[in-house]
Amino acid sequence: MNFKRAFRVWQRNATVYKKLYRSSLTLNFFEPMLYLVALGYGLGGFIEEIMGMTYIEFIAPGIVMSSAMFAACYECTYGTYVRMVYQKTFDAVLATPISFNELVLGELLWGTTKSLIYGTIIILVISLFGLIKSYFAIFLIPLIILCGLIFASLSLIATAIVPGIDSFNYFYTLVLTPIFLFSGIFFPVEDMPDVVVKLSQINPLMHLVNISRAFSYGKITQNFIYDLTIVIVYLIVLIPLPFILLKRRYLL
Amino acid sequence: MGKNLTKYYKNFKALDSVSFEIKEGECFGFLGPNGAGKTTLMGMIYGFIFPSEGEIKIFDIKLNDKNLPQIKKRIGVIPQDNNLDPDLSVLENLIVYARYFDIPKKEATRRAMELLKFIKLEEWSNINVRKLSGGMQRKLIFARGLINDPDIIILDEPTTGLDPRSRRQIWDKIEFLKHSGKTLILTTHYMEEAEKLCDRLAIMDKGKILVIDTPKNLSDKFGGNLEHVYLNMTEG
Ligand SMILES: Nc1ncnc2c1ncn2[C@@H]1O[C@H](COP(=O)(O)OP(=O)(O)OP(=O)(O)O)[C@@H](O)[C@H]1O
Ligand SMILES: [Mg+2]
Repeated sequence: MNFKRAFRVWQRNATVYKKLYRSSLTLNFFEPMLYLVALGYGLGGFIEEIMGMTYIEFIAPGIVMSSAMFAACYECTYGTYVRMVYQKTFDAVLATPISFNELVLGELLWGTTKSLIYGTIIILVISLFGLIKSYFAIFLIPLIILCGLIFASLSLIATAIVPGIDSFNYFYTLVLTPIFLFSGIFFPVEDMPDVVVKLSQINPLMHLVNISRAFSYGKITQNFIYDLTIVIVYLIVLIPLPFILLKRRYLL
Repeated sequence: MGKNLTKYYKNFKALDSVSFEIKEGECFGFLGPNGAGKTTLMGMIYGFIFPSEGEIKIFDIKLNDKNLPQIKKRIGVIPQDNNLDPDLSVLENLIVYARYFDIPKKEATRRAMELLKFIKLEEWSNINVRKLSGGMQRKLIFARGLINDPDIIILDEPTTGLDPRSRRQIWDKIEFLKHSGKTLILTTHYMEEAEKLCDRLAIMDKGKILVIDTPKNLSDKFGGNLEHVYLNMTEG
């Protein structure tokens, strides 16, 4: 594996994105802004305080993570699938010195880059709202990268196993939406029924949201180590899988 | 170059113990009906499709994961399918492709403009490839395959869909490449193209090579012109 060649794949995607970003950039951060404003102020009007924060303070760090998550997911499901199947970009790349693993690494890092772009925009926006209260918030950047790597990997796994592009609906409805809703972004999961609490422990986004909240307000507790450990375990388990599964699907 | 190559897609045998040797500097053609296995074989030569059995040697080196990038640096591929980047312009397509070979931007631009001039698309360089006609895209794919100045050039139906004048331009270029000592591996459905360009031909059917010889010997041995020989031999 040669990182420079993987970077070439990343560069190709960046070149295309640079041409098209105007149409996708605004739309992609419009949705998290809607959540922030509609729920933060709308629903927030009915909630006095949650874990010692106003409601918008409570949800903002989570929205950063969910935006990063969805950015990587869109890219590494629909984006990668189109490149692999419809545009045959994979075929073109593999006729050059780039190997399959380098191609997958390029895709993975590009998906992560999309997380970084959209996550960072949301950080900037919420800091304009005055919702960043600690210098620890600088660590949100590396956290977004971890979030991107996890969900880019998970999405590439989905891309490797879906029979067709329509099947991504199942991935979004049955996997990502529950991950998003039961991640503790909008309400603490601890107060839910026992089974939800247990299930949410395996939700990587929940741990990312916990860490994000800790960084945003500079409240690092001992749970931090636990959350970070789970995140790292996810990284170690998930990252190798796209390489194996995409190869199995693509190289007959 | 290729020895006992077999390829299964699931249970379907697309190539059945195919062996051939291509000499440096020659133009070698594969003829055969649709589905004969030509594209599968081409894909194997540049390491894109892995043989189920058998081996490929290029420059006397057996292909493996380690040496593949070095070898692919010296191969140019003109695929049968259109896999241009539809969101990029004509020039950007060439530059991005050149980047995969680590060709610096300045040099890539120089080579790209030269190739675009040759295929008469230099005025289209900043146009999105979606706006090109099918034949123009085909010519761009041809040019793209030459951007790394390859020693071995794989041409999978290079002139399909081209008008007569464009076809002649491509033929001239192929002749020129042959005279500069490049090795050319070509598939085609046009008998005159095979006759004109190829030093030797392999006629394939149903995953097997039926015969390998020079176009002239084929006509002499089996009687009639190349098209006759082809139609008599293949069923596909
Ligand atoms: N990815 C694939 N999966 C399954 N079968 C395949 C695949 N690619 C090719 N085949 C089968 O292998 C056989 C050979 O296909 P190939 O594309 O090599 O033929 P070809 O000689 O290039 O034909 P054409 O002249 O139409 O381009 C065909 O029967 C085809 O259906
Ligand atoms: Mg073919």
